[in-house]
Amino acid sequence: MLLADLLERYGYDFTGYSRASIKRRITRLYSLDKALSFAEFRFKIANDPIYFKRFVEQITVNVTEMFRDPTFFKALRNEVMPQLGTYPLIRIWIAGCSTGEEAYSIAILLQEMNLLHKSLVYATDLNPAVLEKAAQGMFGLSQMKQYSENYILSGGSKDFSSYYTAKYSLAKFNDDLRTKIIFSTHNLVSDHSFNEFQLILCRNVLIYFDRDLQHKVLSLFDESLEELGYLALGSKETLEFSPLAKKYKRLPHEKIWRKGN
Amino acid sequence: MNNCEALIIGGSAGSLDVLLKVLPKLRADLPFPIIIVIHRKHGADSLLPELLTGRTPLLVKEAEEKELIRPGTIYIAPSDYHLLIEQDRTFSLDSSEKINYSRPSIDVTYQTAAEVYQSKLVCMLLSGSNADGVNGLKTVKAYRGMAIIQDPSDAQVPYMPAQAAKNVAIDASLKIEDTAKFVNLLS
Repeated sequence: MLLADLLERYGYDFTGYSRASIKRRITRLYSLDKALSFAEFRFKIANDPIYFKRFVEQITVNVTEMFRDPTFFKALRNEVMPQLGTYPLIRIWIAGCSTGEEAYSIAILLQEMNLLHKSLVYATDLNPAVLEKAAQGMFGLSQMKQYSENYILSGGSKDFSSYYTAKYSLAKFNDDLRTKIIFSTHNLVSDHSFNEFQLILCRNVLIYFDRDLQHKVLSLFDESLEELGYLALGSKETLEFSPLAKKYKRLPHEKIWRKGN
Repeated sequence: MNNCEALIIGGSAGSLDVLLKVLPKLRADLPFPIIIVIHRKHGADSLLPELLTGRTPLLVKEAEEKELIRPGTIYIAPSDYHLLIEQDRTFSLDSSEKINYSRPSIDVTYQTAAEVYQSKLVCMLLSGSNADGVNGLKTVKAYRGMAIIQDPSDAQVPYMPAQAAKNVAIDASLKIEDTAKFVNLLS
């Protein structure tokens, strides 16, 4: 019912989301904001655009980290980036980028491999609020120890702290990393392909979608990926059940698939 | 209890030892699935299914997203994701905020399972040092499911089952040696 309102009023379609997960997010927000009744909660979402913004921010999951799953980044560094390096212009799409931690991680990787100058990283999310945060390139200083460990485990050999400046409780990442990242809204459920890429990353997004929506989004990625391009999914996500699987070959050990030609 | 449709075992520090003692004694024809949610360090991922495989007559595997939950199978929640149960009896994974400093959180699995299996759910909480699972057991009881704990006096770390005993109307408190027999009698 609530989901139908959102589609009608704002054009946001959450009906293809996994039910238990979205229900838990909505119930969580309902008790967090201490609404008087479900009817009041529903009315507020439908009629108060500012509250609706909060609603989208809160029910979508925005938990992410830099160099999450270090072995994945190691495979990008050792196997994928050298192939991408052969192109005159590298186009990468990070779909569901949330607050940008992964986009900055990719930029660091590209810079270290001397590829950043000829790369464009499109980082998209359906949620404008997280994109504003991502564009600032500032993350909690308290996270840096964990991120630095991830970075080293992923094969990074520099001093991780050389990539940011500490400002009070925040780490501000260097502006040169930001220059090749384009942050933009894009809704995987309703928006179309907007370019062709050699690498698409969409990690820990498909787990929130039902099978039909997963198939639809995977087709969107397939349309947006050049031949011999790479598709990277989250550590518990797979292309295996998709009819597209036969066009792709998986890299050993990681959730990275390469499109055939 | 009759018509048990799922048994969910939650635990933290000190619970692995219990599993290693109990799972080998389970009967091979259990008519319901067992879902295990154990706190552990991120990265120690595939170790738990490997450790348990071969020690029980039942099939042991990591729970995968959208996978249909089948009887006679032991599913292990992957590390670093919450494990949710859907109405169509499939799993969902969720990498949202930690609950009770934990991901997977036992509360999340208990609560979503309670809505699906209702009175035909049995949840068991083992040894552990935080209170994750206690709120989940309250939901299980609200749906008239069964709440079981490891006898705190028998637990390596009694805090978790003791908190459950304090806050929830527990149906049974079991010693390790009686646990397999209890599970085998569920049908």
